[in-house]
Amino acid sequence: MPGKLKVKIVAGRHLPVMDRASDLTDAFVEVKFGNTTFKTDVYPKSLNPQWNSEWFKFEVDDEELQDEPLQITVLDHDTYSANDAIGKVYIDIDPLLYSEAATVISGWFPIYDTIHGIRGEINVVVKVDLFNDLNRFRQSSCGVKFFCTTSIPKCYRAVVIHGFVEELVVNEDPEYQWIDRIRTPRASNEARQRLISLMSGELQRKIGLKVLEMRGNAVVGYLQCFDLEGESGLVVRAIGTACTLDKLSSTSAFLPACNSPSKEMKEIPFNEDPNPNTHSSGPSTPLKNQTYSFSPSKSYSRQSSSSDTDLSLTPKTGMGSGSAGKEGGPFKALLRQQTQSALEQREFPFFTLTSFPPGFLVHVGGVVSARSVKLLDRIHNPDEPETRDAWWAEIRQEIKSHAKALGCHAVVGYSESTSICEEVCILSASGTAAVLNPRFLQDGTMEGCLDQRIEETSPAGCGFCHIPYDELNMPFPAHLTYCYNCRKQKVPDVLFTTIDLPVEAMVIGKGCLIQARLCRLKKKAQAEANATVISNLLPFMEYEVHTQLMNKLKLRGMNALFGLRIQISVGENMLVGLASATGVYLTALPTPGGIQIAGKTPNDGTYEQHISHMQKKINDTIAKNKEIYEINPPEIPEEIIGSPIPEPRQRSKLLRSQSESSDEVTELDLSHGKKDAFVLEIDDTDAMEDVHSLLTDAPPPPGFYSCNTEIMPGINNWTPEIQMFTSVRVSRLSNITLTNQMLNKNFNDLCENLLKSLYFKLRSMIPCCLCHVNFTVALPEDELIQVAVTAVAITFDKNQALQTSKVPAEKSLQRASTDNEEQLQFPLELCSDPLASQPFSPAKEVLESASSHTGIPAAQRDRCNSWIELIKLKAQTIRRGSIKTIASLDKASPLAEGHARHRSVPCSTNSTVTVVKMTPLSFIPGAKITKYLGIINMFFIRETTSLREEGGVSGFLHAFIAEVFAMVRAHVAALGGNAVVSYIMKQCVFMENPNKNQAQCLVNVSGDAVIFVRESELEMVPVQSSTVISQPTSAGGDVTT
Amino acid sequence: MTNDLDIFVGNTTLIDEEVYQLWLDGYSVSEAVSQRLRAGALEQPGAGPGAGPGAVLHSDTLDHYRTCHMLERLLHAPPKLAHQLLFQIPPERQAGLIQRYYAFDEPFVRELLGKKLSKGTKKDLDDVSAKTGITLKSCRRQFDNFKRVFKAVEELRGPLVDNIQQHFLLPDRLARDYAAIVFFANSRFETGKKKLQYLSFRDFAACAQHLIQHWTLGAVDSHVDDMDVDLDKEFLQELKELKVLVADKDLLDQHKSLVCTALRGKISVYNEMETNFKNLSRGLVNIACKLTHAKDLRDFFVDLVEKFIEPCKADRWPPSDMRLFLTQYTGSAHALDAFRHQALWDRYMNTVTACLLQMYHD
Repeated sequence: MPGKLKVKIVAGRHLPVMDRASDLTDAFVEVKFGNTTFKTDVYPKSLNPQWNSEWFKFEVDDEELQDEPLQITVLDHDTYSANDAIGKVYIDIDPLLYSEAATVISGWFPIYDTIHGIRGEINVVVKVDLFNDLNRFRQSSCGVKFFCTTSIPKCYRAVVIHGFVEELVVNEDPEYQWIDRIRTPRASNEARQRLISLMSGELQRKIGLKVLEMRGNAVVGYLQCFDLEGESGLVVRAIGTACTLDKLSSTSAFLPACNSPSKEMKEIPFNEDPNPNTHSSGPSTPLKNQTYSFSPSKSYSRQSSSSDTDLSLTPKTGMGSGSAGKEGGPFKALLRQQTQSALEQREFPFFTLTSFPPGFLVHVGGVVSARSVKLLDRIHNPDEPETRDAWWAEIRQEIKSHAKALGCHAVVGYSESTSICEEVCILSASGTAAVLNPRFLQDGTMEGCLDQRIEETSPAGCGFCHIPYDELNMPFPAHLTYCYNCRKQKVPDVLFTTIDLPVEAMVIGKGCLIQARLCRLKKKAQAEANATVISNLLPFMEYEVHTQLMNKLKLRGMNALFGLRIQISVGENMLVGLASATGVYLTALPTPGGIQIAGKTPNDGTYEQHISHMQKKINDTIAKNKEIYEINPPEIPEEIIGSPIPEPRQRSKLLRSQSESSDEVTELDLSHGKKDAFVLEIDDTDAMEDVHSLLTDAPPPPGFYSCNTEIMPGINNWTPEIQMFTSVRVSRLSNITLTNQMLNKNFNDLCENLLKSLYFKLRSMIPCCLCHVNFTVALPEDELIQVAVTAVAITFDKNQALQTSKVPAEKSLQRASTDNEEQLQFPLELCSDPLASQPFSPAKEVLESASSHTGIPAAQRDRCNSWIELIKLKAQTIRRGSIKTIASLDKASPLAEGHARHRSVPCSTNSTVTVVKMTPLSFIPGAKITKYLGIINMFFIRETTSLREEGGVSGFLHAFIAEVFAMVRAHVAALGGNAVVSYIMKQCVFMENPNKNQAQCLVNVSGDAVIFVRESELEMVPVQSSTVISQPTSAGGDVTT
Repeated sequence: MTNDLDIFVGNTTLIDEEVYQLWLDGYSVSEAVSQRLRAGALEQPGAGPGAGPGAVLHSDTLDHYRTCHMLERLLHAPPKLAHQLLFQIPPERQAGLIQRYYAFDEPFVRELLGKKLSKGTKKDLDDVSAKTGITLKSCRRQFDNFKRVFKAVEELRGPLVDNIQQHFLLPDRLARDYAAIVFFANSRFETGKKKLQYLSFRDFAACAQHLIQHWTLGAVDSHVDDMDVDLDKEFLQELKELKVLVADKDLLDQHKSLVCTALRGKISVYNEMETNFKNLSRGLVNIACKLTHAKDLRDFFVDLVEKFIEPCKADRWPPSDMRLFLTQYTGSAHALDAFRHQALWDRYMNTVTACLLQMYHD
């Protein structure tokens, strides 16, 4: 009996009217966990019921705790007929299961109904008492932390990065079961929501077990996806990177449990353990060869087949990267061997992380990707998902061999995705081949000695650009030159990666979002034939996407792509490819040459003229882009670049293995000679179109920048205003007799117009940057293209020095974190409790404060998101009281005024709804994340049978997305958080049937709930926290208004 | 290629002030788009050419209108806006949204002042719309606002302005205006007569404020129902006692001589005042005495204009002279030994003075 779940239903508000006769509702609540159900009393005739229930206690296994969601159903009691459901709340109690996260879930949750949307709110308190589990053969993995963030979370230190973990579970989709024919849409949706919730709980538990077995204590870069395979079932799969994390503050001081104001801490034994590693690894050791039976990765079999390639790789790459240094050579070899052995133990040396601790990334080879087209078949036995596992294993193997071909032993920035249409499924995986530093891959045995060495083996800022592969045995044609930074080693002319720009990278100017967009018509076909058609089209699409990216990169005068994500979606009669990346100019790489247009039909005057006109346009665009993105690399005399420095070459030749005695001089000449010769041949109208489309990409309007990575190179001085948004467009292709060109144009316009709309919407935030712009494209029906974008707009200060180094800020952050960590581990809303008792004052206060705040700078006004700020505002209100008196001369009685003013004082503290920031980034500008509260992973279905009445498809989806945001915010607030970082909308499946006035949408979102504190307010914290602690912190206190 | 679906949802709900105003003003999406085009919205970033003229604006406007529609339900009960979870709106923006939703056009409210807020009145709004040039949609919204506020505070205890502020979170001035509207709608004062056309909503609002402060039940006792909405019946009854001031010839003469002595040489219209004194005094006192009748109460403002303002205007009294006269007229009554209703007299005259001064202009 390892756990006791306690739930208390406090109150409801804004409930819908369920009884037309009385315009009221007789509401009661059912609380269900696993197979146990409790009920509250009926609270008659009220839209704001106060149940104040007892604590409902569920005694359950921790395995169940991890898998099951807590299900709360609000119903309207009906004496004569069946009770009507008002709506439900699913609460994932996982964050309560590991130490350092939330200790209590308490707050207002929107009551959600899949047909009606949000219908009022309910106040719930949830706690978990965990007992120490001494069972050595346990199936649960409580205690493993999960993070969506694809970098080491801000308040942790990575002790070891263990590597790839993956798992998938399959089930039948309730929507396609026979029972669905006879049940209501509501019941069907709820069954589906519940099943997916269950499956993702199970998946997380299983992944956790793998992590424990690897002796890790956390999963970073956790990415969970659903494949709705229709008839053949439902697949929930996840990948992540297992790590051993250490909380930063715990190294400096072991905080005693009493430091936290929350008393629940004591009830959870884990919490007293400052190092989660010890408890998690202890019981899990005897687990080897047990637990998970079907995953192919269970056996840590060494890949004997590839071992000979490895052998040959080791010396070569060693030369390529580190041999130039004098004493670096032998050491480097040692380092490399260690890395090799560390990685070799793994079946898949993959990392889902996209940014790394400094020094982790030694070299980057380039993007590796693999796709395969599969025919879906019914999953006969959900407990044996072997086919799906085998599919993915196959693809991963391919990725691994690609990486090897690039001389890399690891893949970073790894991700997987699917696109499904009818019974055909495209599986895709991509990542960046890389050579890693072994320091983080093993237990910190050699940390000390490596620390200084790293610096010299990989020169700061350019080391990662140096090629890891053998230049004479290159896996693909590339033009190599000596690094423009250190002049010692070779670099490619362009670099494509799926990771974020490393912090140490040296960049000139700013970056920009670059997209390649492509449509291809496809014959309608069935099953096998269809799969063949698609497989045949894929390589062409890949090639064309690549060409487009390359052209657009050159057009912007840049030489590297980061965060590259290529999505290929399949529809009934077409394929769509959408690649997004952030282009930058790396100082280490050569200046890109221009684009030259060459016609294939000479001797035609007008044609020549046309060509030269185009050429001029292209050249102008490049010049203009260089200006926009401030790309002005220092002019280096040709000789220096052109002629390689003889010294290092000599040395490298010496070290080279015998087999490679070819003429390297000519090759170098070639690369130099070709530098300017990026030729676009226009031999047919197709190519013409391509050139045209190249030029139609409008740059963002002045004051705007955009990128799809976490940070924008060249902008450091972010201001705290952020706005996360989701925008969805569905376009109908009107013409049935479509050509590829038309399609391309339409799709291109769709994306461009969408971007344009975004810029217009966010114009009030100028100067600002759209970060982490994430496009997803889908083909829901025959002539429909759906594009969804999630991104965050962040304002920055134009006037501050642009290149202020980030280092001091980082340092001060860390200092601050050690100081203040302890004091911030409580839900922030608590401070407003005592004030909530006046039912009418809040509103009034808000008003008063608003009217008196006109003098406060906008930035300050916008930040009303934590109690600290509220208190600040309060101070403002008081100070401004006198001004207010003057302003309102027409007040009648001085008594009334005094009254009003008196009331306005407590008001500003009383914003009952916590402001929750959401961002797809892993950080919040100008703020310090002090605590991670757990992963948010939510799945919602919304359906309507009155589409027109809800404002058509746009009205329907608009409301639904707003509801999803609201539910995410409510869950975060209930955990005591004030932000979601690494937020991502993984799925948005929209289906409509206008003829039947129906529509349905499925959305899956995830992120990390956190508590953050503004840097500017960190100093205030000690003072404020003492006041808060002195207040009663009863869990349900803020509820009884 | 057409966009079947086109939405933008921000974590913080952004509402463009300009579009919000167009929506409040009752313009359709296409009207709003053309207005924005005319206002030069296209010169702003992002809206350049290429997307088809106004396509960006159209999509943006549609989006805002949708958000506004979703918000409207909450704006009907503003305290809900602060507690709801669906839209994350910074508190000061919430206040702005509420304030602007409840703001009204003075020409419109002038038309409606004193009318019963009934379905019948609502049906006639198209006439008002035609007359004032305000869109019917906007008229309906404003009318519904009046009615909603009226219904909400009609039967509440406590000061009217405070109640309105609490239930609708309106700023002080707007709450006072609503108090005036509720007060007029409840007492059904006649404001539509031709003679009263020169008076603006502001004039009436100021008068309403004086009446609420001094003539309602709330002025004497702050713990009764409807304290600010209904006039103090007892007080109105008592006003009949003032009749003596004009009925008793001696008293009237005495009063006149006291006023004349005090004002001699001090006002430019002394002669006119002297000749007219009895008429004016009779007018004011008669108004007081008739206020118990519902019909006469409704005609309160008409009577003030007919009996006092028009004669004064005819004689071209400067406003300063009127102020002096009314002060003296009120004050001198205290010197009348036979007159015993000093407190009553002050309560009546102070308010009437304030109203008259407010109403005495062209």
